[in-house]
Amino acid sequence: MNEHLLSMHDLTAADVTRILDTAESFREVGSRVIKKVPALRGRTVVNLFLENSTRTRISFELAAKRLSADVINFSSSGSSVAKGESLKDTALTLQAMGADAIVIRHSSSGSPLQLTRWVDAHVLNAGDGTHEHPTQALLDLYTMREKLGRLGGLRVAIVGDVLHSRVARSLSFGLVTMGAEVTLVGPPTLIPPDAPAWGVQVSYDIDGVVAKLDVCYMLRVQKERQRLEYFPSVREYARLFGLTSARAALLPDDALIMHPGPMNRGVEIDSDVADLPESVIEEQVTNGIAIRMALLYLLLGSGASGGGPSAPEGRAYDR
Amino acid sequence: MTADRVVFEGARVIDPAGGTDEVRDVVVAAGLIAGPEEAEGAERIDARGMVLAPGLVDLHTHLREPGFEHKETVVTGTRAAAVGGYTAVAAMANTDPVTDHAAIVHEVRDLAAAAGLCDVFPVGAITKGLRGEALAEMGEMVQAGVRVFSDDGNCLPDPRILRNALTYAKAFPVEVVLADHAEDASLVAGGHMHEGPRSAALGLAGRPAEAEEIVVARDLAVARATGGRLHLCHLSTARAVDLVRSAKAEGIRVTAEVTPHHLTFTDEDLRTYDTNLKTNPPLRTVDDRDALRGGLADGTIDVIATDHAPHAVEEKEAEFDVSAPGTIGLETAIAVIWTELVEPGLLSIGRAIEAMSTTPARILGASDHGGPLEPGRPANLFLFDPQATWRVEPPFASKARNSAFLGRVLRGSVQATMLRGTLTVAGGKATR
Repeated sequence: MNEHLLSMHDLTAADVTRILDTAESFREVGSRVIKKVPALRGRTVVNLFLENSTRTRISFELAAKRLSADVINFSSSGSSVAKGESLKDTALTLQAMGADAIVIRHSSSGSPLQLTRWVDAHVLNAGDGTHEHPTQALLDLYTMREKLGRLGGLRVAIVGDVLHSRVARSLSFGLVTMGAEVTLVGPPTLIPPDAPAWGVQVSYDIDGVVAKLDVCYMLRVQKERQRLEYFPSVREYARLFGLTSARAALLPDDALIMHPGPMNRGVEIDSDVADLPESVIEEQVTNGIAIRMALLYLLLGSGASGGGPSAPEGRAYDR
Repeated sequence: MTADRVVFEGARVIDPAGGTDEVRDVVVAAGLIAGPEEAEGAERIDARGMVLAPGLVDLHTHLREPGFEHKETVVTGTRAAAVGGYTAVAAMANTDPVTDHAAIVHEVRDLAAAAGLCDVFPVGAITKGLRGEALAEMGEMVQAGVRVFSDDGNCLPDPRILRNALTYAKAFPVEVVLADHAEDASLVAGGHMHEGPRSAALGLAGRPAEAEEIVVARDLAVARATGGRLHLCHLSTARAVDLVRSAKAEGIRVTAEVTPHHLTFTDEDLRTYDTNLKTNPPLRTVDDRDALRGGLADGTIDVIATDHAPHAVEEKEAEFDVSAPGTIGLETAIAVIWTELVEPGLLSIGRAIEAMSTTPARILGASDHGGPLEPGRPANLFLFDPQATWRVEPPFASKARNSAFLGRVLRGSVQATMLRGTLTVAGGKATR
């Protein structure tokens, strides 16, 4: 494993497979009565959440606690960051307190990479601005592999506001690494013009895409984007790009419906569709804990020293 | 180091204004260039193998004083200029208070005169408070010696204010130049780097190339219509170079500048989120960079200007989207141009000195600067060792250290700078 988890670009296909396999072995822990293993006893994991995200923080917190690590939650509302302390000074403070790993969620793209320059701790990116959200991508890959048995050759559409979505970036990069065929779908104003450079297809027509999919992955619509003139109205968005019951009916029988949450029911996804058996949105949440346990274990625990596939330092952002 | 008489022996003298490139001695006496008869008894400086040229003139410097002394002061900024071989700099108007009236012009110039490191020519704001609304008191500033006006950093928001400024400036008895930062505000709002595949992958909102092209085309149209004298700051795109080239062919009165960093880096260099490479306009593609190099070599781009933009450490050591844009540049400019353009054969040293001294001196109305290095002229010059190799790293003479070139190894270093016969830099170090 690498020293940090910053971007899906840092991971080879072998790295991804190792992470998913490790998560597989940890998922069983969550179904025990005593949901705890001693793998990270005595290690300190700091959740540095400088942007609100209750679900991701809870998922990381549970993952660390199930590995018996000591967990500190540091969020902007009650922290010195709100009083104007710089990210660097916050990082140096955590460093001085002996953090072994820092899980960072931040509204600024690139801040996890910057953090690695200031601390010795392992850094895990829990979502940075409109850049990446690699743990979300890994739990999504885990869910797809578990449900469909493979990743290579899967036909996946990622639908919605790709331009501002860190989930879409990380998932696209990860799926391409694993040999899946990715199509980005959305209004042209919300697809980066240069997205084909990621090795993906682009379509502005969801109806032309759904019938050939293995996975239909819906992104959350940020309603405030409407004010910035990316699309005329939430109503028109739902009509042109939402996963309606009629569109869901066109999906092949064993296709999955996924969403990173939280959902806007009735906007990007109809309420009935979200509750279909093909929808695996809750399983994504469950798998998220296992993936984050696997990552903490591989970066911090005895998994860190055990040979295995590793990407050389400095490969980050080479693509 | 105020020897009354100095002779630089055996230097390669590059003097575009005098039309010379030859190895000879240069004698300085009583603050002026002198004839060989004055060499008798002078302090002798061995300049063999070195380039001697008129002192560099920067058309685009942010000295930050008054108002932002935590970033830079007139003293530290002019010391950085001297160390970089400059004898004159144009100080941008985005100070606090803004240089939109004559009192600030006098204050900045007086601070520089007291420091005695480098002449400073304050740039006046085009609009009051740089707000893009009402014209600043340009006439009063012209009487105070201002020749260049700019709201730099703020692109003039609409063509009407540019039209009125270019038209109003016709009343002045001297030629006045209006310089615009060409980036359409609506297209670059919220953007942090060149829009392209790299910005899409890094998740950073873009500042698209057409933001510059649109304003360059707009400004050229207004310059054509008014007959006014326009200068375009720090061009960054290939199409803007093309627009300026055809405008010049048409006879529009326009000049343009480019920075050493836009001649060196591209958006690919931002993949590490290095905030020292965050600039406005942003670093663009390889094709854009090469078009800037071509435009500079063929004279479409008249001037190399640094856009020296000092910031405090905490303003740069921050998240990319909140960090301040800009890089310092005075201390590295000539070495960067030598290393990136002259040594590889992309630009002659004569053309480089013309673009960094002769032409900006003419635009600024800085008649004591830019050569020619002829007897009787003020001894404003610098000595450059093209063999020296050095690594860009703190400490700098500037108060700031936000250099885009940090860690790079450059060829060529300034050994001496002379302002009216006084060595402001000797042995590569500032003397005061």
